[in-house]
Amino acid sequence: MTKLNSKIPAGELETKWTKYKSTVPLVNPANKRSIEIIVVGSGLAGASAAASLAELGYKVKCYCFQDSPRRAHSIAAQGGINAAKNYQNDGDSVYRLFYDTVKGGDYRAREGNVYRLAEVSANIIDQCVAQGVPFAREYGGYLSNRSFGGTQVQRTFYAAGQTGQQLLLGAYSALERQVGIGTVTMYSRHEMLDIVLIDGKARGIIARDLVTGKLERHFGHAVLLCTGGYGNVFYLSTNAMGSNVTAAWKAHRKGAFFGNPCFTQIHPTCIPVSGDHQSKLTLMSESLRNDGRIWVPKKKDDNRKPVDIPEEERDYYLERRYPAFGNLVPRDVASRAAKERCDAGYGVGTSKMAVYLDFTFNTMRYGRIEANKLGIQNPSEAEIKKLGKEVVKEKYGNLFEMYEKITGENPYETPMRIYPAVHYTMGGLWVDYELMTTVPGLYALGEANFSDHGANRLGASALMQGLADGYFVIPYTIGAYLSGDIRTKSIPTDHPAFVDAEKKVQEQLDKLMNIKGMKSVDHFHKKLGKIMWDKCGMGRNEKGLTEAISEIRALREEFWKDVRIPGTQNEMNLELEKAGRVADFIELGELMCMDALNRKESCGGHFREESQTEEGEAKRDDDKFSYVSAWEYKGIGSFEMHKEELVFDVVHPSQRSYK
Amino acid sequence: MSEKKLNLTLKVWRQKNAKEAGNFITYKVTDISTDMSFLEMFDVLNEQLINKGEEPIAFDHDCREGICGMCSMYINGRAHGPAQGTTTCQLHMRKFKDGDTITVEPWRASSFPVIKDLVVDRSAFDHIISAGGFVSVNTGNAQDANNLPVPKNDADNAFAAAACIGCGACVAACKNSSAMLFVSAKVSQLALLPQGQIERETRVLNMVKTMDDEGFGSCTNTGACEAECPKEISVENIARLNREYLMANLK
Ligand SMILES: Cc1cc2nc3c(=O)[nH]c(=O)nc-3n(C[C@H](O)[C@H](O)[C@H](O)COP(=O)(O)OP(=O)(O)OC[C@H]3O[C@@H](n4cnc5c(N)ncnc54)[C@H](O)[C@@H]3O)c2cc1C
Ligand code: SF4
Ligand code: FES
Repeated sequence: MTKLNSKIPAGELETKWTKYKSTVPLVNPANKRSIEIIVVGSGLAGASAAASLAELGYKVKCYCFQDSPRRAHSIAAQGGINAAKNYQNDGDSVYRLFYDTVKGGDYRAREGNVYRLAEVSANIIDQCVAQGVPFAREYGGYLSNRSFGGTQVQRTFYAAGQTGQQLLLGAYSALERQVGIGTVTMYSRHEMLDIVLIDGKARGIIARDLVTGKLERHFGHAVLLCTGGYGNVFYLSTNAMGSNVTAAWKAHRKGAFFGNPCFTQIHPTCIPVSGDHQSKLTLMSESLRNDGRIWVPKKKDDNRKPVDIPEEERDYYLERRYPAFGNLVPRDVASRAAKERCDAGYGVGTSKMAVYLDFTFNTMRYGRIEANKLGIQNPSEAEIKKLGKEVVKEKYGNLFEMYEKITGENPYETPMRIYPAVHYTMGGLWVDYELMTTVPGLYALGEANFSDHGANRLGASALMQGLADGYFVIPYTIGAYLSGDIRTKSIPTDHPAFVDAEKKVQEQLDKLMNIKGMKSVDHFHKKLGKIMWDKCGMGRNEKGLTEAISEIRALREEFWKDVRIPGTQNEMNLELEKAGRVADFIELGELMCMDALNRKESCGGHFREESQTEEGEAKRDDDKFSYVSAWEYKGIGSFEMHKEELVFDVVHPSQRSYK
Repeated sequence: MSEKKLNLTLKVWRQKNAKEAGNFITYKVTDISTDMSFLEMFDVLNEQLINKGEEPIAFDHDCREGICGMCSMYINGRAHGPAQGTTTCQLHMRKFKDGDTITVEPWRASSFPVIKDLVVDRSAFDHIISAGGFVSVNTGNAQDANNLPVPKNDADNAFAAAACIGCGACVAACKNSSAMLFVSAKVSQLALLPQGQIERETRVLNMVKTMDDEGFGSCTNTGACEAECPKEISVENIARLNREYLMANLK
């Protein structure tokens, strides 16, 4: 078994990163100019990395499959970004953010990484504000904060319900500035289809120009994958339609280990499925839980309109079960609690698979505060409501509009109906402290890697991690590798390794095109999604997972016999793009189920029904499972697991309690 | 909301690639739920085409939440279709009636050449941003974020301008194919914030120059852009852009 070296620096937790930064080897400016770096992905992680590395003087090439780097999936993030600024004077600190994140992740993340993340979090806010990111502000002109789940402080910075958009546009502007200067070459509408290895090191990629269909070879001294998460393996998720695992999976097949693939986050507050036509699910940001109260009727099959159900006949089940955190329990806990109520027959809406998220209480509370501020004596209910509505609108206006567009219902007047949906993947390519995968010279940043969030990610921490990786971690850690590479000249792309890699990609495309089967790509994707959601979703058990594995294997066979891709290769062909992605999702799905089967404990978002407390909470088994599972690819459907034992020097894993 | 089913006729622009000429093709779709989004209706149509062995219609989309700016259909003569402040992906079929005929075209503007069917090339927008739509601050340069308070009103207005999703509907809606609304949104965002002051003049000059070089038309104040903008970016931004441009030229 390979020994995984996480390269966590020695020394006290608080000094690891500072020491690392001051001793890591550097590359001098003249040498940087002749070093080329490939950055695949232009989301928060990719755009921030590409811009920051180019500012340092490296020659950067950046890729995305959308028509512009500004459209990466990060754009859709709504609620906010965490940072240990303690601007609210409410007791926040680097340590507390670190602690909340390790605990929130159910003690399945590395202390060293998480501490570093908390340390650099404050710099991110500074950087973004300097770029002109218009965060929400108070009347005094200072930055405003709100709370997210799993914490008791207000440390989340936000821009209405469009935080990801504003952060990404900040990173995109930094990236475009470098494009203008000529230090970054941007390749939009390009999809990476393989990694090129030379002497065991990542030295380039094969990409397909999605407009012409032509394959291209690109050299880089190092390759960074910032390609996002794989939630779309479930077909329905809150991810953008194009989000995929292809880049990470190709890297996995070339030797990069896959860490904790089964750790998936199911987000508690999403708009429920409305029918078979559904192509994606829409998140209603967790920030809404600041001001929305979640409830179901106390009576089964209560078909009254929500406004007609009196207060005492409502079950605010989160407040009931978790008085200390109430509606702000972490996502995994909130999701399971919603499922429990619906499975028990208390769900609402036509499908009965939904719960209410109700803003009435806080709308009225805000209304009264506003009335006071304005000095209105004895305001009427209607006046209070109107004033309160304005406050709510300012905070969440775009989310409310989105809800109304999708459902046709007005959430200012009637509670939202929500249900959990696949949202985020904590698993991803295994990386060490330097963000390098098990392939030398190949890095993974942002949601594409497995680090930092353990078995459950806290809200507003993905944006933080993506930007931490790109702005403040990789610019340092990449020096450790590239300083040993300053004598490596650019390798011409007629090198046999490039020729061979391109040939293999070409063969795979030919194979797909030549199947000429009967069923559409979506047909297979939907089938895979159903298997994954039913058997590797919110609840998992041995029987279901074992069945899922054989069903997925059968689906893989069927896919390669019967998929139909119209059109040709040498043109824009969206079905061919999708087919390649679904082929990879099918292989990944199998690995996820294997990982879930192996991990017999429950932890965070991974709920093994066999392992729960008497109250139905997730029960960890630290003696047996306090490790990261890192899977090595051994051929189709064959994987070997390696363990990285987790060591806790500072926090002591205990059963999480939010009561 | 109660779900209804619609039968529709679609006239869709089909164009093999940038070089070949395109034309409208008529399709029928049946049993379309009013709960579907416009793009989900297209998914149904495409599935139908694939099952018949025909090529599906190429269209751009990604987030399907109205935020990435990728979707871009010109529906019944309106950019993003009939609903106010709504992207194509957020347009729902309950806005249509049973038996409707719906015409769908790509954005039409010489600076946005058609790539295939409903997909156009909007890279000109990226070029405009790289000419000046940024604050030149390297990673690591920044001071503490709260050292520079910003009046809430300015921050809110900057945010309203920054909400532009770069979809290009303003260009498609404008008879001159002007990009003024898009450019003015970015110029305004940064002109309203203290962080944007230092490069205020060069920014507006460079962005406007690139806008002209990319072949976008001039603004004749018809206001069509604001009417069709899915993020309801205000034409007041164009007035601000004009002032900024004038001031910069006077210096
Ligand atoms: C609806 C929603 C709301 C969210 N809200 C929040 C929030 O409020 N706070 C928070 O912290 N987190 C939030 N998240 C999570 C967060 O947005 C993501 O985890 C994060 O943005 C991921 O960033 P990234 O840079 O890793 O990847 P992405 O932004 O997904 O970018 C991936 C990039 O890789 C490119 N790419 C992928 N594959 C290839 C390939 N093969 N070839 C070439 N390019 C490729 C894409 O084009 C894209 O540029 C939210 C997520 C969703 C779905
Ligand atoms: S100004 Fe409006 S229409 Fe124009 S690109 Fe921005 S969001 Fe789209
Ligand atoms: S698909 Fe993203 S805005 Fe429409």
